[in-house]
Amino acid sequence: MIIAQQKPIKEVAAMVSDCKKVLLAGCQGCVTVCLSGGEKETEIMASALRIMRRLEGNPLETVTYTATRQCDPEYIVTMDDLVKDCDAVISLACGVGVQYMAERYKDKWVVPALDTNFIGGSTVHGVWEEKCGLCGDCVLHKTGGICPIIRCSKSILNGPCGGSQYGKCEISKDTDCAWALIYERMKALGKLDKLMEIQPPKDWSKSRDGGPRRATREDVMIG
Amino acid sequence: MKYLSKLHKILDSGEFAVTAEIGPPKHASAEGILHHADMLKDYVDATNITDNQTAIVRISSIAAGVHIMGRGIETIVQMTCRDRNRIAMQADMLGAYSLGMRNLLCLSGDHQKFGNHPTSKNVYDVDSMQLIQLTKRMRDEKKFFSGEEIKNHEPRFFIGAVANPFADPFEFRVDRLEKKVEAGAQFIQTQCIFDMERFERFMEMVRERGLDQRVHILAGVTPLKSWRAAKYLQTGVSGMIVPDSMVERLKAAEDPKKEGVAICIEQIKHIKENVKGVHGVHIMAIAWEEVVPEIVQSSGLHPRPKVELD
Repeated sequence: MIIAQQKPIKEVAAMVSDCKKVLLAGCQGCVTVCLSGGEKETEIMASALRIMRRLEGNPLETVTYTATRQCDPEYIVTMDDLVKDCDAVISLACGVGVQYMAERYKDKWVVPALDTNFIGGSTVHGVWEEKCGLCGDCVLHKTGGICPIIRCSKSILNGPCGGSQYGKCEISKDTDCAWALIYERMKALGKLDKLMEIQPPKDWSKSRDGGPRRATREDVMIG
Repeated sequence: MKYLSKLHKILDSGEFAVTAEIGPPKHASAEGILHHADMLKDYVDATNITDNQTAIVRISSIAAGVHIMGRGIETIVQMTCRDRNRIAMQADMLGAYSLGMRNLLCLSGDHQKFGNHPTSKNVYDVDSMQLIQLTKRMRDEKKFFSGEEIKNHEPRFFIGAVANPFADPFEFRVDRLEKKVEAGAQFIQTQCIFDMERFERFMEMVRERGLDQRVHILAGVTPLKSWRAAKYLQTGVSGMIVPDSMVERLKAAEDPKKEGVAICIEQIKHIKENVKGVHGVHIMAIAWEEVVPEIVQSSGLHPRPKVELD
């Protein structure tokens, strides 16, 4: 899932400082699971903004709604009526949701309440870790199910580099060396010989370097 | 065989080679490196020119190499994968070769977190392994990295790589060295050796696989100026092992600099006499280039052989 975290409330408040009425739009997708933009967080943020503005002597009216998803146009339209008399929309979705909102409500000021960080998962409650680099050309079958693209600080395909020590990455003692993990796992699986194959340069055109990407499935297109 | 690199010829002749490192400055004057080149000229077979070492912006390795070559020293151009994509790397390889540089050392490069531009993007479009392989292909198959033909004047580098016996996982370091040899590395310079016992274990594994017969290994040594420098390398640099005994020895010394040089000379002599499969020494006197002649002299490695290329 996408991991996102809330921006400081003062930053969000500053984005709508000249507005009288705003819609705070949550999302029931990833940001609900990572506890940053679900129904509960949306209500809390609306309440915090109202209190801040009341204390400033400049009351703010809020409307809240948490969409099934903000990354699908069909769920965005459900907010049409709510948006009408608002000056702005504060989206508590990831960067995708913010953009869908801005696209739909062209005459509205749409702002992000979250910073979209990475895609990953939780390790323990309250801790999330990056797991996938979205490179568009998965290599996990070659690396024992551990992603070197995003979990190695250098995205090295023939690691570990000379900075790997005691299983940790040279950039921080808190960061596991992905290649140490890969090595240990491949060793345990009796597949170390696979690591002796020189991995060729990656085709980064399948990643963000090739420009914005689009996936097309003609077989599921309607009309 | 027609040699294009003096270092290559010296190593193939079985002579114990000596290389040293010159670090380009963080400004736009070559005065300092020219001074170092003049000092090192008769004491080394070739000098490495580092490539924005520790991710700090400096005169580029190739530009610095031009200055140093002008003083009659052969250069080993270091090329890291951190700052340039495959297009820029190849452009610089063509440029370096056109300027007369014949040795290329391929390495990953330190993460930019440690340098003076920690917010920069790192490239790593190709990694050191791929760089070795593709540099060899450029030379042997006359092909750009993309596979496109190089019609003529392909760069023909003597290809170097690095190995760090002090990084983990220890056993895989030998595997990775083998991988680099397979990719096309012809000479290897190791990370600074302080833990001699571990280096000897590493070399034992290297010899067991016969890798010393397939690649020229130059042992990396670094003279330390003080116990604080030793302590810093011990605790502050990932992939380095400095035994406590060395820290203590420097601490106890009346003249730590003299002691640091003495340790370095002892190491070189020990390696040359006792560690089979090592074909030379690479002296990395970090910001202390002027001490190299004394080290070479006292290690019994002076004068250097006179080599002419055909």
